[in-house]
Amino acid sequence: MHDNNGMKNNVLKMENTSMQFGGVLALNNLNLDVYEGEIVGLIGPNGAGKTTAFNVVTGVYPPTNGAVYLDREILVENYPQGKMKELYSGESKGKYTVAKVLTPDRITKLRVARTFQNIRLFKDLTVYENVLIAQHVKQKSNWLFASLMMNHKEEKAMREEAMRLLEILDLVDVKEKTASSLPYGQQRHIEIARALATDPKLLLLDEPAAGMNPQESDELMHFIGRIRKDFGLSILMIEHHMQVVMGICERIYVLDYGKLIAEGSPKEIQSNKKVIEAYLGVDD
Amino acid sequence: MAFEYKRLNKTTKIILTLLLIAGCIVLTYMLDKGIIGTSYTVRIVRISVIYALIGVSMNLVNGFTGVFSLGQAGFMAIGAYTVGVLTIPLASRPNVYYLVPISEKIQDLVMPFGVALIIGGIFAAIFAALIGTPVLRLKSDYLAIATLGFSEIVRAIIANNQMWPITNGSLGLKSIPTFPSLFIPVIISTVGIAFMVLLIKSSYGRAFKAIREDEVAAEAMGINLFKHKGLSFIISAFFAGVGGGLLAAHLTAIDSNQFKIMVTYELLLIIVLGGLGSVTGTVLSSFMICSGKELLRWFDLPHSIGTWKIPIFRPGLRMVIFSLLLMTVVLFWRRGLMGRKEFSWDGIYNFLRRWPWRVRRLIRGDYSKKQEEVTPNA
Repeated sequence: MHDNNGMKNNVLKMENTSMQFGGVLALNNLNLDVYEGEIVGLIGPNGAGKTTAFNVVTGVYPPTNGAVYLDREILVENYPQGKMKELYSGESKGKYTVAKVLTPDRITKLRVARTFQNIRLFKDLTVYENVLIAQHVKQKSNWLFASLMMNHKEEKAMREEAMRLLEILDLVDVKEKTASSLPYGQQRHIEIARALATDPKLLLLDEPAAGMNPQESDELMHFIGRIRKDFGLSILMIEHHMQVVMGICERIYVLDYGKLIAEGSPKEIQSNKKVIEAYLGVDD
Repeated sequence: MAFEYKRLNKTTKIILTLLLIAGCIVLTYMLDKGIIGTSYTVRIVRISVIYALIGVSMNLVNGFTGVFSLGQAGFMAIGAYTVGVLTIPLASRPNVYYLVPISEKIQDLVMPFGVALIIGGIFAAIFAALIGTPVLRLKSDYLAIATLGFSEIVRAIIANNQMWPITNGSLGLKSIPTFPSLFIPVIISTVGIAFMVLLIKSSYGRAFKAIREDEVAAEAMGINLFKHKGLSFIISAFFAGVGGGLLAAHLTAIDSNQFKIMVTYELLLIIVLGGLGSVTGTVLSSFMICSGKELLRWFDLPHSIGTWKIPIFRPGLRMVIFSLLLMTVVLFWRRGLMGRKEFSWDGIYNFLRRWPWRVRRLIRGDYSKKQEEVTPNA
């Protein structure tokens, strides 16, 4: 199917992933791949299930049915259980029989990082602290050693690494500022910086350009392109700004009512009839 | 002219800190030897440092980790009773357990105060670990109610009939040896608070703060919520247990009614007044509240102008005044006295420097320059 990507490592693979809340099928049998070094877009009208897909990958909730693979290894897998056994109305029923669920922190430790649709910085802490906290994921010494300052080497390394990151991302000037005191666009950058501090290989960006003016979103596009190269990332992003999506995504998936309706290059998507219908409605 | 925030150099700060420590030691020594103050003053200082330790332990959970726990009184009771049972001298035991004799298993068990204190802390920590598993899965108000319930359960168990051979039930324990010197509670509290400060400053402390700020984001940053909340909860319980043990030695007589919910509320008052998320604020407000309640006793006494007896001066007025003061403080310092800030020499220095500047501005009557005030982000 993806001949051009056949050689590349499959960083993320969502296989027949469904998510059902009560009677609402938010995500139905989604198949999605992100290959190494790619920037993949996930678009769709409001309520199409994009953020749900993110939440499934990052372990906020386990999928109702289906599996997610990271680097070809199983990350989460689930099948309809309990009440869902009868309620489940999605596809691929009965294909999965194993339940493997990981909490978000475990998934972050496996080098998957994310940002949030509505910025979730640690508001009252400084920019530096925000980035420093994300380094905690690498902490090896236990709390007793850490409190008695017997891990100063590790602590120093964490601080240096946080500083280095701020330097790379041009955030040194605002280092001591409280996160919530900064302009919106910059907060988005800081959220990405914080996600990068967990040392991810796969980065999930949930509407990084939301609320940005054309100039800001232009800057953001360059920024995303740059960090992909500098940090060797694969990126999956949800975005509504078509200019951004078409500008930097190599492949795009389109969701509507939880179902995948199209996938392909930006050009293919732009001329896809189903996509146009989903966005503009059908002419009766 | 804008106000410029200046920092002191490092040597000055070190000298000031050493002076402060020396001052505290000298003050403690003088109080201890009776050079200044009375035994009443010593008692106030003692209770203040003990409440400071317990207050900081509560702030660790409530203010730094953002877990609204109200179980402190229960942990204190565990620590207090452990210390009480283990340190009452053998000779006084028949007098204490005069109704139901002490259990044979512990009747000859006497431990030095320090050891008993640590065992008390450990018992409290173990109890916290046990209740932590179900309780920490709850959120905000529900968690508060659950911890409150557990703390009442502890009190009920202590006063229970079956526990008489150990806890002496509702008669309580007495003849607990007190501190030979004021230095003992001061040093133990200082060490405990210093440990918690170091914990807060470590990477784990930063993780606690992250949980307080935003649980979802903290988890997405790889912080295991359950593990870190549990850690904070257990360490807090340990120091509450130690504080309870100190309280037992301070009071020399304890009974289960002293560990009612009121104690937790008093501690809550201390940490909210000092600032949720400020260690120095907690210590400060602990001294303020513990001494304030005593100093205001003047209002409880009858007073008269000439021969006219002023009718409002009667027992109970003290608490009215106390509440009014608290309300005033909370109105003007909405996030507590210190907010989330900590004491720093730079802060004091600039606070003092700002006064002449403020006065000058007042004289000039120029308020428009207010925005120019340059303050770094704290």
